Parts: sequence; structure tokens; C-alpha cells
Amino acid sequence: MRPAPSASRTAARQGLLACEVCALVSRAPPPGCDARCPRCAAALHSRKPASLARTWAFLIAAMLLYVPANILPIMDTSSLFGTERNTILSGIAFLWTSGSWVLAALVFFASIVVPLAKMLALTLLATSVQMRTAWQPRTRTRLYRVIEFSGRWSMLDIYVVTMLVALVQINTLASIHAGPGAAAFGAVVVLTMFAAASFDPRLIWDTQGEQA
Amino acid sequence: MSAPSLIACRECDLLHRQAPLPPGGEARCTRCGARLYRWTRPDANDRTLALALTACILFIVANAFPILGLEVQGVSDSTTLLHAVQSLWNDGAYAVAALVFFTTVFVPAAELLGMVWVLLALRLDARGQATVPMLHFIESVKPWGMVEVFVLGVLVSLVKLTHVATVEPGVALFSFAALMALIAATAAEFDADAAWAQLEAGR
Repeated sequence: MRPAPSASRTAARQGLLACEVCALVSRAPPPGCDARCPRCAAALHSRKPASLARTWAFLIAAMLLYVPANILPIMDTSSLFGTERNTILSGIAFLWTSGSWVLAALVFFASIVVPLAKMLALTLLATSVQMRTAWQPRTRTRLYRVIEFSGRWSMLDIYVVTMLVALVQINTLASIHAGPGAAAFGAVVVLTMFAAASFDPRLIWDTQGEQA
Repeated sequence: MSAPSLIACRECDLLHRQAPLPPGGEARCTRCGARLYRWTRPDANDRTLALALTACILFIVANAFPILGLEVQGVSDSTTLLHAVQSLWNDGAYAVAALVFFTTVFVPAAELLGMVWVLLALRLDARGQATVPMLHFIESVKPWGMVEVFVLGVLVSLVKLTHVATVEPGVALFSFAALMALIAATAAEFDADAAWAQLEAGR
């Protein structure tokens, strides 16, 4: 038998299925049969089912919610001097003007840069797969790895609000309440994590060897 | 029919033949560079079990004691994580409260207990029917445990509050920081591939 060219040495082209849970490689059953992993009994798919449709759905939902997440206040501070409404950006501005530049930069990165970059990157990945381009598969896979890892850090602001609400609650001087922006922002983080989990990076590589 | 010596890259589906690794080594995909598998110590299970049990104890300490204390003009107040979740809930922020509870209490607890369960089952050679679903469960909730992000969030709120009040870091803050390190170490030590293989061999 001649050694297969590298692009056809994928599990899918050899009629094999890799378990997404336990990674065992097994032979695909005849069409019509239910594919189950012989080791851990998880359902087997050659690629994540409806990967692109799900990624787009979660991504578009996240983009829509990103608007209220940034416009609506994530917390309201009420004191004797009136009520102040804090959005994510005004919270960063507060840290910056009060001299905590490192923290301001950190929160800016986690709350503004990471979600935006993540949505942009997922749009790029989903579009490139949709257009079946063979452009830079290694770079695109690396991009996917980075967004999958970094998305969780956007939860930072949610935890800050949690601690502030708990500590400055029943105080005679001031009280802090969670605003509607917090729920929207939390939803953006969760939705982008779902979007990244729905995307199948193997789709990036499926066009390899087609043109050649 | 299974082919145990083959491994498919999770990120690009390229097939590789599994080869033994030198100590400390890891195998990477020849096409996309993703990690395929890594060398694990022969005593990885025992080490993971020790780390996971320690993390369980720290988890209890971290949740039983206050994270931060606040003092404004003689009035002091402090909060535990569960109390903070409760404040959010009482404030009407149900979704946010549920999200915080899920990512900082439920998932870390479930992951640690699940890991202890699986490792004990392997060690005692007493695999119940629940062991395989338990390992599935650990692997699927793992991305949602966010103790390390929470610790950073507490530090940010600490700095924010020092501008208006006297803030006292509590015992739980240090416990959470240690818990964060232990969870990372447990995850680094735990070899899911080996656990699956052992579970299969025992059947």
C-alpha cells in the first residue's frame, strides 16, 4: 500500500471517528447506525454537529447583547449625594483617574478588548470556513486556541460587581446595586464561550488538499 | 472495532500513531501544532488525588470565612462568597447571582468531588457504573470553573474600595488564592487519557 498523502491522513477521510470526550479513535459504523464510542459510550460525530450554524447563532446573540452590556449601567451607587450610574467604561475611567493605572489597564483588557477581539476573531473564523478558504490554517487554528482560552477572563467585571454589591449593601452612607448591564454583560461572556465551544477547528483544515 | 495506537488531532483531525514519550515530554500534532498527549508520571493518580483532597479542604475554608471586610466610620461589614451571591439574589439580579454561583461554587465543587470520586474508584479498583458518566461530567463542566478570574475580581474590588473605606482582606481571600493554585495543579497533573484507558482496562 502506498503511503497516503498527508492531507488524506485525517480520521474523517479514513472512515474513522475520534471520540470528543475520551479521544478514542474507532471505525465509523455503516450509515444509518447510531455511532457510539466503544469506550465511553459518548455519541460520535466526525465534526461537531451544525457547528457553523450554532457558532453564528451564539455569536450574533452575543453581538446584540454587547450593546446594552456597554450602554446600561452595571451598577448603581446611591449615597446621600444622589445616585451614580456606572457603566463598564465609567468604572475603568474611575480606576484610571484615581491612579490605579495597572488595574485600569487590566479591566480594560478583560472587559473591552477580550470580548471585542473574541467576537471579531470568531466572525473571521466562521466566515473563512464558510468561504472554504485554504488561507493560513495554522494561524487560524492558533487564533482559535487563544480565544478559547481567554474568554473566561471577561467575567472579571461580574465578580467585581458581586463583591461591591455584597460589601456596600446595608450601609448608612451608600449602597451599591447591580444594574441591568451586568446581566447583559454576563450573557455576552456566556454566549461567546458557547460560540467558541460550538466552532469546530477541524473545519479549518477540511479544505486542505482539495485544491491541490 | 477500535485502533488503540491511533490518535486523531482534536484541532485538525490528522491521524498520528501513538509513541511512548520521554519523561516530561509531550506529543504535538505535526500539522497544526496542537498538543496530542503528554507524558505523565507513573504516580500521577496518587498525586492528583492528594492535590484534589487538599483543594476540597481549602474549598470549605474559602467558603466558610469572609473574603473581604469593610469599615466605614466605625461600621464594619464583611462578606463570604455565598453571602455575596445571596446579596445579588436579594437585589433582584437573579441571572448574575446564578452565574456567579455556578462558576465559583458549583463547578469547582463538582469538579473536585468528581475527580476524587474517579481517582478513588481507580485506586480502590471499585469502578461503579457512575464512574464513566462522572468523568464525562468533569470534562464537560471544566471550562466553567472560574476561581482564578474570581480571585482577580476580588483584588480589583479591594483596590476600588480602598478609595472610600478601610478594607480588610479576609482568611477566605488567601484560601481562594491557594485554591486557585491547587485547582491549576490538579488539572495539570490529572491525566484524563490514562484515566479512560484504566477504566476501559478494568471492564
